[in-house]
Amino acid sequence: MAGPSTRATTLELRDVAKSFGPVVALRSGSIAVDAGSIHALVGENGAGKSTLVKIVAGVYRRDAGEMLLEGERVDFSSTADSKDRGIAVIYQEPTLFPDLSVTENIFMGRQILNRGRRIDRAAMYAEAEALFARLGVRIDPRRPAEGLSIADQQIIEIAKAISLDAKVLVMDEPTAALSGVEVDRLFAVARSLRDEGRALIFISHRFDEVFELCDRITVMRDGDYVATLDTTSTNVDDIVALMVGREVGDLFPKTPADIGAPVLEVRGLTSTGVFHDVSFEVRAGEIVGLAGLVGAGRSEIARAVFGVDRYESGSVTLSGKPVPSHNPRAAIRAGMAFIPEDRRKQGLVTDASVARNVAAVVRSGLAKAGFLTGRAESRAAGPWAGRLEVKTSALDMTAATMSGGNQQKVVIAKWLATNPTLLVIDEPTRGIDVGTKAEVHRLLSELAGQGLAILMISSELPEVLGMADRILVVCEGRLTADISREDATPENVMRAATRAQEAVR
Amino acid sequence: MSDTSMRPRPESPVETQHGDQELERLLEPSRQPAAVRAFNTVVRSREMSILLVLVLVVAAATFKNPNFLFSNNGWRDLLLTPSILLLLAAGQAVVIITRNVDLSVGSVLAITAYLTGRLFIDVPGIPILAVVAAGITVGGVLGLVNGLLVSLGRVPALVITLGTMYVYRGIVLTWAGSDRVNAGDMPREFLRLGTRSVLSIPVLFIVAVVVVVAVGYYLHAHRGGREMYAIGSDPNAAVLYGLPVRRRVLSAFVLSGALAGLAGVVHAARYGTVSSGAGASIELEAVAAVVIGGVAIFGGSGTVWGAAIGAMLLVTIDRALPILGIPDFWQRAVVGVLIISAIVLDRVLSVRRTRKLIEARDQS
Repeated sequence: MAGPSTRATTLELRDVAKSFGPVVALRSGSIAVDAGSIHALVGENGAGKSTLVKIVAGVYRRDAGEMLLEGERVDFSSTADSKDRGIAVIYQEPTLFPDLSVTENIFMGRQILNRGRRIDRAAMYAEAEALFARLGVRIDPRRPAEGLSIADQQIIEIAKAISLDAKVLVMDEPTAALSGVEVDRLFAVARSLRDEGRALIFISHRFDEVFELCDRITVMRDGDYVATLDTTSTNVDDIVALMVGREVGDLFPKTPADIGAPVLEVRGLTSTGVFHDVSFEVRAGEIVGLAGLVGAGRSEIARAVFGVDRYESGSVTLSGKPVPSHNPRAAIRAGMAFIPEDRRKQGLVTDASVARNVAAVVRSGLAKAGFLTGRAESRAAGPWAGRLEVKTSALDMTAATMSGGNQQKVVIAKWLATNPTLLVIDEPTRGIDVGTKAEVHRLLSELAGQGLAILMISSELPEVLGMADRILVVCEGRLTADISREDATPENVMRAATRAQEAVR
Repeated sequence: MSDTSMRPRPESPVETQHGDQELERLLEPSRQPAAVRAFNTVVRSREMSILLVLVLVVAAATFKNPNFLFSNNGWRDLLLTPSILLLLAAGQAVVIITRNVDLSVGSVLAITAYLTGRLFIDVPGIPILAVVAAGITVGGVLGLVNGLLVSLGRVPALVITLGTMYVYRGIVLTWAGSDRVNAGDMPREFLRLGTRSVLSIPVLFIVAVVVVVAVGYYLHAHRGGREMYAIGSDPNAAVLYGLPVRRRVLSAFVLSGALAGLAGVVHAARYGTVSSGAGASIELEAVAAVVIGGVAIFGGSGTVWGAAIGAMLLVTIDRALPILGIPDFWQRAVVGVLIISAIVLDRVLSVRRTRKLIEARDQS
């Protein structure tokens, strides 16, 4: 357990920035990782952690800033570059070649060669066996990578990093899909790598793990570096405060609405490995925010409620009537509307006109003797688009050419045409500029005022806090908190979302 | 291969106790003695089952008409006829393993076959080796064009090579017009290559086998070859691994083009006449041979050996069916059934394998 101060800095990033078109993913990322230490990188969704990792890995090239490896300025133009310099990255989803053997996966691109530049398979198997023995796992080096558990896939990635003799090992949320025993095994391996003098970056949303494993913590927020603290001299509360660190402004104009009878009732919804025993209700005129971290299971719950995904047990009732499972058409008929996260892929036919998009879900009602005319579509779409102030010169403009905000409005218009009683909306303002965001928020608020029940999933904490009458927090497939608008603070939502309460206890 | 050696050794853990040898073969091959492993790799392979079908087809045709195998011509044709397709299938296998496809090979073949004839006519006394080199080079360049369009343009290979198939065919149509290179235009020693045999094995077949062995060896034992499998297995992961994806895909297309170029020269030597229609629709036969030979159409698995046996089988069936008295229409249908069953078989085996692996994972 060497003190960080006595060690040399292996990897340092200073004010690194990266934008994708107009979207700034990383404004000013800084981190200094010492040899022989494990450094945690924490922040909310969208804080820029993954972008920073991908810059270190050579997937993206930075737009500005400096990157130093062992004091030397470096600039990686490809993943091969960063690998050659001794940087190994384990991504959230391990990337293996399913058709090839475990050994080939470890050595791909750097196979051991004998005379004649021929691959020496025997030597590779022997070395793979030695690696696994060292990591204390039993994986046959000749077996295919296909069918390995996530934990074993991560072990393969670590074996790869060790065989590469990596100086820097980055682990992007490695524990998200692991069981308790597997986490312990991973941590033991991580500690032994640290004791060998390697530098590790550990990204996790679980504070208990961060405090158990790491020596230092760097906090990021909205693409910016916030602070770096020694684990011994800080606590969960400080870290959460740094992560959230902003006031919820008036950007989210939620007007009070009369809250009526329950519209949606969900009881004991379970889908093994995805979510467990989820129960909640949404009342008429109420906006319920579903908060949590990416991958916590929020979208999956919404998809199951709407009937896109299957669930094993539990029930969904809408206005007192049961909604059959795995049947989106029945859900639409019952009065449910669902706006998915990725509207370009799932919610909108981007190559079709606005009118056609709006009319798509009500088509069966519009068709005359099985035929559908453009005029009938426009007639049905006109009032909705007008009410939502979609800025398209004509309804026959194609949806693909519109801005994200207007696209979102078209999607909402499309569903309002079915006269729903419940609107489920996933990430309503993702990828929408600030001005239009407020418009989408005002629209949702108005719709609630008219008595519509709204279930809103959002990764943006300020949006949830500003818009929702009630906040349900999901953590690893379970509802961990039900907080009313008055009681909600960024801190208590974040805690519930990261299971931090357990760590504090 | 004694019976006891097939059994797991005493220290085998739980999962082998109920004697699930198949699972052991899949999950813990290292537990088996090396000889058993080698035996399994060879005997249980896709290549072996295709070879078996080939042997059956030859046996059936020979039974019906002994001349199919036991005559000088029969033996020679059995080896000589598939030579051109063998070359194309070897190149196509490499391209398909990288999760691409090359539909332009038939047109490339036509260009270099006509080029061969023209060179002999326009450059009297040109050495045969120079003509072969020219064919391979021109084929390689045409393949390079495919490769550049696919790897830089990021357009699916199916679309690119479908386009270049027409473009290249257009080039040879414009160049040759209704002209035809005849046997009399080419030197006799060149044409004799088409029929000559060494130890009763046709020279062209030897050339094809050497190519297949070289390509197969490269894919099996060299980094570049293994990386091609990796790229076909998961192209996105290959990028994250830092593999030179573009370069490998490019070289796969260059190889396929060069082999198609060589096949064009071989075509000229074998048939003696070349018109602009040479090699029409042979690209589909090459794809069929590769698929029948067990190369997954979405890349990542299969071998050049399999593709070669597939090519032999495809050509041999074509010749054997008339002897077996199967009507014309059904001959085509048989080939179709063969392709579909090969793909269905692969699919079934791979689904079974995946299921087994997942079951094993969930049990542990």
